[in-house]
Amino acid sequence: MKNASASAAERGEDSNNHNSKSPAKRLKDVEVSVPIVYGTISFWLGKKATETQSHKWTVYVRGATNADLGAVVKRVVFQLHPSFNNPVRAVESPPFELSECGWGEFEIAITLYFHADACDKPLTLFHHLKLYSEDEPGTQSIKKPVVVESYDEIVFPDPSENFFARVKNHPAILSYVSAPLGLHSVEEVNEAKEEETKDHPLSQWFKNFSEGDELSKLAAARQQVQGHIVKLRNQLSSMNGQLESVVIECD
Amino acid sequence: MDAKDILGIPKTTPSLPHEKKSRPPKDSQRKPDGISREVYALTGGLAPLMPSIDVNQLKKKTQAENEKITWQWLPFTSSARKDNLQLYHWVRVVNGVPPTGDYSFAKYNKSIDVIKYTDEEYEKFLEDPAWTREETDQLFDLSARFDLRFVVIADKLPYSRTVEELKNRYYSVSRAILIARAASPADVSGHPLVKEPYNLAQETERKRALSMILSQSKHQERRDAEVYAEAKKIMEARMAAKAAQDSELIPISTGGAGDAERDNVNVDDESPSNPQFLSAPPISIAETASASASLRKLRVYLRTYGFEQMVQAASSSAGLRTIKRVEQILQDLGVNMKPKVPTKTVCEEHLELRKEILTLLNLQKQFQYKEAEGSSYREGSYPETPGTPKSFQRILDQDRTFIPDSTCFGAEFSGEHIVKRDQKRKAPGRPTDASSSPANKRPRKLKNTDE
Repeated sequence: MKNASASAAERGEDSNNHNSKSPAKRLKDVEVSVPIVYGTISFWLGKKATETQSHKWTVYVRGATNADLGAVVKRVVFQLHPSFNNPVRAVESPPFELSECGWGEFEIAITLYFHADACDKPLTLFHHLKLYSEDEPGTQSIKKPVVVESYDEIVFPDPSENFFARVKNHPAILSYVSAPLGLHSVEEVNEAKEEETKDHPLSQWFKNFSEGDELSKLAAARQQVQGHIVKLRNQLSSMNGQLESVVIECD
Repeated sequence: MDAKDILGIPKTTPSLPHEKKSRPPKDSQRKPDGISREVYALTGGLAPLMPSIDVNQLKKKTQAENEKITWQWLPFTSSARKDNLQLYHWVRVVNGVPPTGDYSFAKYNKSIDVIKYTDEEYEKFLEDPAWTREETDQLFDLSARFDLRFVVIADKLPYSRTVEELKNRYYSVSRAILIARAASPADVSGHPLVKEPYNLAQETERKRALSMILSQSKHQERRDAEVYAEAKKIMEARMAAKAAQDSELIPISTGGAGDAERDNVNVDDESPSNPQFLSAPPISIAETASASASLRKLRVYLRTYGFEQMVQAASSSAGLRTIKRVEQILQDLGVNMKPKVPTKTVCEEHLELRKEILTLLNLQKQFQYKEAEGSSYREGSYPETPGTPKSFQRILDQDRTFIPDSTCFGAEFSGEHIVKRDQKRKAPGRPTDASSSPANKRPRKLKNTDE
């Protein structure tokens, strides 16, 4: 609550707005960001593989730290290849995943439906199901699956008050509150804690996405570029000086 | 003709008498049967191309040959009359048998059933302060006589009442009687009188309005028409504006379950709350501002999507080659084009980096232009235009100018500026030297990045 009240951006509305019928107040300077990982894991069935069912795969959407997405996501609809029976599969509760057997690779459309106070518009992601690994073509192992995961974040730029109140203290959900007066100070209200990986049969294969790597690389790159900029600027100014002197000489 | 002979005036051209003579014989020759001569002359003396009426189609008089028809002057009575008056008329008698049946026009003598009420009923239901018993009786009597021709009735009545008032009284009385006499209200609820009672006020107003319109002068009419046209235009404009607004709002506003309330989407472009583009070239600030504003309008979006939008906005001011250069630099710096872990900070940093690279490239361009200017000043004998110095050309030709290279390049240049002044010839040669071995550049570039 401290942080929430610190930001004068909240327009001083009463926070206890339980009546969902009346238009919920939206917080303009708060951004709720839900880091998610979505992807597929595919196991070769080895001896039990048939022509039409050579791999068993699972497509899923999970919180980046394996946290529960149920607070934000109401249901997930996976749209499979039309050759599947009932290609539109809806998963109504976490964990939001779907397992199937098949032989072919195709693009899966993952549509996330959110709770009403978060957003009433669904969001669609696309993921290409990969069954065959790139390295060692031809040799597949029953034990080692082919894992393709993508990290992304769902951003709610103008969250409603209810929603914000609900997810403020959620371990897996990040909220960014920017202070007024245009000062770019971003406070992360919640650090994405390393939650204990819940008992998930596939959790051993989950990749860990940490931003530290990228950040350091980016920082280094920026430094370099900035250095070059400074150099160039100096050169330019010195050149200008020289030019002037040249012009004077010529006259 | 004889007069002319007498006067000695030469006769007119001999063709005239020819025509005159030939025409009458022609006419008499071609006069057809069935049409008089004059009528025929109307068509110009020629037969019509198509027959206008087929004579055979005309009705033929049907008359059976065996009947004998006579006409007789006979008396008749009509059931429509109550007074047994006997009148006479011509009758077509067939074979001596006069026609039977009622007078053929008697069936048109229709009359209206006017309600008759008893005194009891009157006292119970029909009392009205504005009407006396007498008046009401008279009204009804006259209605029956004149078949509800209220205009006539109004004229006939001794006291002056408007037609509407009469109608009102008549209909309300009838209605009351109907309802009173009905076994249950449901029976008569279908009766038009009961369903739609006469509305005095409305009728008076309506008639007044009608008479006003009728008595409008032409001028007034024209004015009214103009006002109508304008009003229509305004309405249409409003409808168009509303439709445009609606279609705008629909993509922005959210669909799905929560239909009942949607927040009014904040459409006006607020200045972005995070002014992180301070270092960027001013051109793309506007673009990024609008991009971030449009992102804010979405209820939800993926970080990667938002990131792409911002990248596009930032590079909108740059040409394709510049964008490629930026991406090349990013690669060389070891940074992914799209961050693998796109968290908020990572994306922001990445965008910052891109901005800075753009700035760098801009500066480079400026630098090169300045150089060109400088060289054109120095080498006055060279007929080179400042815009395309050879050195600049070399740089452009190499698509793959690694930026660190050109900065070293630039460093070399500026370092040996003073030398260049004296050694004019070498100036164009220098670029070739410097760029002759791109392979050598690589190790040098790597060294730079290792700094």
